[in-house]
Amino acid sequence: MRFTVERRLEQPRWLSVAVPVASVVFAFLVAALVLVATGHNPISTYRQLFDAAFISSGSLDQTLISATPLAFTGLAAAAAFRMRVFNIGAEGQLYLGAIFAAAAGLYFGGRGHASPWVIALMVVAGAAGGAAWAAIPGVLRAFFRTSEILTSLMLNYVAGYLLTYLIFYSESYWRQTKGFNATVFPTGKPLPANAVWSAWVLNTQGGITVPLGAGIAVLTAIVLWVLYRRTRFGFEVQVLGDSEGAARYAGVRTRRKILAVMAISGAIAGIGGASQVGDFAHALDGDPNGLQKQGYGYSGIVVAALGRYNPFAVLLIAFLIGGLDNAGNTLQGASFPSGLVGVIQGIILFCALGGEVLVRHRPRLLRRASVGEATPLSGAVQ
Amino acid sequence: MNNALLVVLIASGVAYGTPLLFGALGELLAERSGVLNLGVEGMMLVGAVMGFWTVQKVHGNAAIALIVAILVAALAGALMASIHAFLVVTLRASQIVSGLALTIFAGAAGLSSYLGSDLNLAANPAAHTFHPFFPSEMQNWPIVGPIVFGQSALVYLSWLCVIVVAYYLTRTRPGLSVRAVGEAPGAADAMGIDVARYRYLHTIAGGAFAGVAGATFTLSITPQWVDGITEGAGWIAIALVIFAFWRPELCLLGAYFFGALQALQPELQARNISLGPTELWTNAAPYVATVVVLVLVSWRGAARRLGAPAALGVPYVREEA
Repeated sequence: MRFTVERRLEQPRWLSVAVPVASVVFAFLVAALVLVATGHNPISTYRQLFDAAFISSGSLDQTLISATPLAFTGLAAAAAFRMRVFNIGAEGQLYLGAIFAAAAGLYFGGRGHASPWVIALMVVAGAAGGAAWAAIPGVLRAFFRTSEILTSLMLNYVAGYLLTYLIFYSESYWRQTKGFNATVFPTGKPLPANAVWSAWVLNTQGGITVPLGAGIAVLTAIVLWVLYRRTRFGFEVQVLGDSEGAARYAGVRTRRKILAVMAISGAIAGIGGASQVGDFAHALDGDPNGLQKQGYGYSGIVVAALGRYNPFAVLLIAFLIGGLDNAGNTLQGASFPSGLVGVIQGIILFCALGGEVLVRHRPRLLRRASVGEATPLSGAVQ
Repeated sequence: MNNALLVVLIASGVAYGTPLLFGALGELLAERSGVLNLGVEGMMLVGAVMGFWTVQKVHGNAAIALIVAILVAALAGALMASIHAFLVVTLRASQIVSGLALTIFAGAAGLSSYLGSDLNLAANPAAHTFHPFFPSEMQNWPIVGPIVFGQSALVYLSWLCVIVVAYYLTRTRPGLSVRAVGEAPGAADAMGIDVARYRYLHTIAGGAFAGVAGATFTLSITPQWVDGITEGAGWIAIALVIFAFWRPELCLLGAYFFGALQALQPELQARNISLGPTELWTNAAPYVATVVVLVLVSWRGAARRLGAPAALGVPYVREEA
């Protein structure tokens, strides 16, 4: 007996919802087995997890803080992966967005309340920074046919070291050089008052603070959906993703399209970086154990894959994964097993990847005898 | 003489380069069979934590404890790689996403951290560690002393592995088949080579190498356990495979070059030598160099000459080939 899969002629729609849901359920079951095997009580551990993520007071605020960057990097990955451009450089593009946005905020900012103009300039600068960084692998792919997978990955590290260098090892424009704290530990220069992004407070129980970046992420998802589903550009890029030969034959300018997709993807990640600066850090965070430890760019790929590259699904998944991340951070300590959140996220993703195959293929068991009959040649050789 | 900058750099380049070399050899085996595994960092960390756990548990003879630890680390890495192999070979999932998932599952905020805290490993230094293999008078010989004779047994093991992998790939029948599977799986299948089986075996062997690479950190370079102890070495190992044009002997040179770059910044600082923003370029250099090599490799037709496996990252489906 041998296990194999074969392509489905029609993809059942219900499977594309059932697979992610089943993946999540299955992942929690497997992780529960791990917990039992290592002497933890899964029920109380999971209760702790959900309390910290979504239920206890202030937890939703924190979850939104974790979810906002994931929404941006998830959308960035979705924008590229859907078109079979494998930009795994959202991490570095986010850093460059943060660097550019912080520069804009520091340069244009001033006293007073949050200024829409300064915030808009920061968003534009962040998008430009991310797009410029993404354009490097984009140009290399379009003109030299260099795989964007590995170049964009390598550039993440270059961007990370650049970020650290700006704050820790140089007297750059972004670094706080005055005051007592600056002599103790290197930090970024704080943004002027009107460059700090405002947040909405929803008046439900206790009040939920929604960062401006979360709103921009929703807006970005809508724009992305319209762009890919309702415009000529989106259609051409989709054709290109399915078959480069067909697209070229139909007169699509393939180089430009690859560059455009990379730039869009990078710009979205860059706005995520701007949101990190404007919404949360209010300065450029160059600490290797700060922003860079979060790995938002890599988690974003997971978010996009789980959302099957649909912008709105990406937002939902970013919220859920953000909740898990937040719970993992909040519960760090003796009573809660560290690393559990990563294990659960990993298993969810493995299941979703495996399940993705079920959407496109159906499993089949082959008996050895029938293989022999089907290919008489193999018998003849023996 | 043995304190000359160049000697110190090469000697520490060899020491720091060894985990990169193990990781790269493993990734090379997987990639030569056509499987890109971006989960090296995660596999390394699980190998690191399990190797460390073993030396804390196995009492008695240090040599035996260390050998068992290396084997356990290899097994742990192999186990992690088998998840990736199942997903990408049998289920034909995206190799990129699956590899990243493996790093998230096993990495610094995943299984390795879970095991480290659950087995309570962060409290103590390693019970046994690798020491320089040769007697100390040999280590004092000029130049070759620190570079060749001042290293741990793991370094000599890595040299053996380079020879074995190079011989295997270029001089043996199965090695030829691996290359065929990575270059043209359709043709290999027609020749009667079991493509799926080769890809499984080499991805799993790659994981074993990554596990040993991780144990090199916890048993030799920094003999303790902290979350994320490899600090991105897995990604450098992936870069190194490309930098070395998918050839084991060049992996050795590249690993020591990248290792020496890691040692360069503190050495320059200790000697009060300034070479511009060293914190930036010594760290970023391996990645920039890899991007340059990637561009060279992808230059028209050069890929074949320089060794990139043609079917790297492409799932093989007999009915659709």
